[in-house]
Amino acid sequence: MSVAQTHHGRFLGSRTPAPSGDARWKLVAATMRRHGYRADALIEVLHAVQGAFGFLDDDGLRFVAASLRVPYSRVYGVATFYQHFTLRPPGKHTCVVCMGTTCYIKGAQGLVEAVQDRLGVKPGQTTKDGRVSLLEARCIGSCGLAPAVVLDGAMHGKIKAEDLVGKVEEWMKHDS
Amino acid sequence: MTLEELQALAEKTRAAAAVAGRVVRVCQGTGCHSAGSDTVQQALARETKERGMGEAVTVMRVGCRGLCASGPIVSVSPDNLLYRSVEASDAPELAASLGGEPLERLRLPSDSPFFARQKKIALENLGQIDPESIEDYIAAGGYTALLTALASMAPAEIIQQVSVSGLRGRGGAGYPSGLKWGTVAKAAGAEKYVVCNGDEGDPGAFMDRSVMEGDPHRVLEGMTLAAYAVGAKHGFVYVRAEYPLAVSRLRKAIRQAEQYGLLGDKIGGSDFGFKVELRLGAGAFVCGEETALMASVEGQRGTPRPRPPFPAQAGLWGCPTLINNVETFANIAPIVRRGGEWYAAIGTPKSKGTKVFALSGRVVHTGLIEVPMGITLREIIFEIGGGIPDGKKFKAVQTGGPSGGCVPEKFLDMPLDYDSLVSIGSIMGSGGMIVMDETSCMVDVARYFMDFCTGESCGKCVPCRVGTAQMHRVLDDITRGTASEGDLARLEELCDMVRNTSLCGLGQSAPNPVITTLRYFRDEYEAHIRDKRCPAGRCRISQEAAA
Amino acid sequence: MSPAAPGVVTFVMDGKDVSARADQTVLAVAREHNVAIPTLCALEGLSTVGACRLCLVEIAGSPKLQPACVLKATEGLNVSTRSERLDKYRKMIVELLLSERNHVCSVCVSNGHCDLQSLAQSLGIDHVRFPYLYPSFAVDASHARFTLDHNRCVLCTRCVRVCDEVEGAHTWDVMGRGIRSQVITGLKQPWGESESCTTCGKCVQVCPTGALSEKGKSVAEMRKRRDFLPYLTQMREEHA
Repeated sequence: MSVAQTHHGRFLGSRTPAPSGDARWKLVAATMRRHGYRADALIEVLHAVQGAFGFLDDDGLRFVAASLRVPYSRVYGVATFYQHFTLRPPGKHTCVVCMGTTCYIKGAQGLVEAVQDRLGVKPGQTTKDGRVSLLEARCIGSCGLAPAVVLDGAMHGKIKAEDLVGKVEEWMKHDS
Repeated sequence: MTLEELQALAEKTRAAAAVAGRVVRVCQGTGCHSAGSDTVQQALARETKERGMGEAVTVMRVGCRGLCASGPIVSVSPDNLLYRSVEASDAPELAASLGGEPLERLRLPSDSPFFARQKKIALENLGQIDPESIEDYIAAGGYTALLTALASMAPAEIIQQVSVSGLRGRGGAGYPSGLKWGTVAKAAGAEKYVVCNGDEGDPGAFMDRSVMEGDPHRVLEGMTLAAYAVGAKHGFVYVRAEYPLAVSRLRKAIRQAEQYGLLGDKIGGSDFGFKVELRLGAGAFVCGEETALMASVEGQRGTPRPRPPFPAQAGLWGCPTLINNVETFANIAPIVRRGGEWYAAIGTPKSKGTKVFALSGRVVHTGLIEVPMGITLREIIFEIGGGIPDGKKFKAVQTGGPSGGCVPEKFLDMPLDYDSLVSIGSIMGSGGMIVMDETSCMVDVARYFMDFCTGESCGKCVPCRVGTAQMHRVLDDITRGTASEGDLARLEELCDMVRNTSLCGLGQSAPNPVITTLRYFRDEYEAHIRDKRCPAGRCRISQEAAA
Repeated sequence: MSPAAPGVVTFVMDGKDVSARADQTVLAVAREHNVAIPTLCALEGLSTVGACRLCLVEIAGSPKLQPACVLKATEGLNVSTRSERLDKYRKMIVELLLSERNHVCSVCVSNGHCDLQSLAQSLGIDHVRFPYLYPSFAVDASHARFTLDHNRCVLCTRCVRVCDEVEGAHTWDVMGRGIRSQVITGLKQPWGESESCTTCGKCVQVCPTGALSEKGKSVAEMRKRRDFLPYLTQMREEHA
């Protein structure tokens, strides 16, 4: 017995056209197909959209809602419930400061403030030029290396405020 | 794959490993990995090959060794050598030393209390096997419990062994696993589910992460045994999206197990079939609560619902569902293989076995440890953890994350188990253990946790949604020096009300960090309120308040 | 008929023996016996969510309070629907709601016909001891016939449930989480632009406060008509 038959969803092909000819929609469509267009795959599919495009926009949400036959408001409710999903395009670079307990007692707040002062953006915001996003994480589970940050996906442990600001400044001046 | 075929493969893999006399293991846990252990592994592999050691030395990647802050960690067997903070540039020197004099410069004494005081069951394969190799897991005895059970044990016998073992849920609440399994097994329904809760959301916890990354097959084997025991055909592993390495290792492990016929239809040639799907969390602490987790697996907002009915009666899609966390499942194969009695002989009368803790904060050796229940906090922090660095004084240890409490010095000699921690206002929780010294302000810590709970409250029930926000506001005022004695009384009233009226465990336990700090460190609250002073010098008392 | 006949249970409510059908909730039984238990999210004809926590009752022998709207009547149950402790918690819950958003009755269309206001009155709340959080929300007047004022919303989700369960449109849902939760229509579009709204008005009628109202109503003029809900429920059961 296949999983698709047992989880309430019906196996239905999607006739919903993708929002654009962008090849990345094919990846999203593949994820939906793999899950048999089941409504319970909504979060998996939102991961696929965000993985492909970096964020979730209205066109993407409408496409997913129509393909999985989930009401718009429910899709929006799910997309805004989980911290991982973002409805705004992220900056070219991202600086995630872990705010887990261990990082916090080892000075993560100081790291956030240092970057905040340098960039003039609050956590959750992106610089006006779209270059850098500053984000906070609840805990990235790297407590042995506190305080920890994730810069463009790479973990850096036991980091000092001046070193972090130095790395962020590299992003600001280079066309990298 | 039958039991005989499994044993033959294990034998063959072990024989191949024995040919290479020396094994160099490079830790690829998240801590070591971020410190560059993959380049260390490549450099060591290159060096040993260039030195013509190819046959005699195997360089492999392994899961977390535990001593995360000293990474990358490299071990050499059979010499029983441990090296710390190894860099790629150390590879030539290290390779040259193999079989000769140890490289003292990087050496870590392997008899240090950090390792000697531990007892590894759930973590026994971590640091030993390549997490991406099912053959390695099989060579270490993996899947023997499953295939033996399928061949010769009735489902009820497995549940019996789990009951006898005294294993309690390692996710935090400590519900007896055998009882839970029995309820799901007895529940009526053609369709049942087994769910592994890998949504380790407590800040300061990385036990489950290390197990999923370092020994993913152990989790799958535990789930499959559970599925056989309760009569489930489908399972889900719910993993945080924040753990990409765990996600990819589990994906790979599921594929490998399917290829060997250890997942899927007719496992081990029996009539039993079990399929496992991964489900990614997306950043919501409340999804650690089982009814919220189920809503999330179903693709919905992760809001909890009132219990009863319990998931064991009506869970995923209304079907009986067994939910256990990663560490609980990691203990199942050894229990089935060695018997419940063996496991029950470890630990305290009411809390059997071992517990994995993520030890971090103001402590010399931070990392992942597994210790028998009944050990004291003092032994963990001062012997295994090596005490407080920089000559500072111990103040408190936080257990149980945002649902737990801060334990002061006077309880350090208390034997650690589920019940003793509850008796002093904290909880075991999933195993995060954060040590704080005199530089931490306990009011600030309480404020930090309330900030966390306010942000993580799902918003469904009023006491948690608004109550945590109001408590956070009072705590914020206290740390600024702008609160009054009346605010403190109101805070205590809110603690009582939120604890007793909230819908789920998140809200019911959200006041715990406040209640314990008020109980044990009330003087710090009073200093902020009466004297407009932060004893730890951490809070920014506003100028007007101080004046 | 003996009280132990199949499907019938006997239990103790506030010290008195009562009998009930086994599928009834304690709240339903209490209402049959004219025992007043305050509620906000519960509404007959809609699914129960146990979210407002006002209907919590004490169960003898259990430290945990249980919501009467969800708690099933069982043989031998012994519940107390009133106690000093319950009164205190209920009062605090309403105070918390009043502190969460702007509930100034004197300028509200629902003044005098509001469930939250009656709750506050019946619980004897004359002032709120918690600081007002009051985030400021814009009023959505984009719909031709109705108005949505988030400032009056208590997040009971009656609108979400009636739209999904009775009307079948699922125009409404909740976005965000915690103190930042908010009811939305469609993809957080202006209500008037929602593709799925049928303008049936059920959400407006079940809303306990002035958050959802009919356009053109002035202060204190918005009376809600909810008779349709038990009627529809009954009719659908008949014809199911």
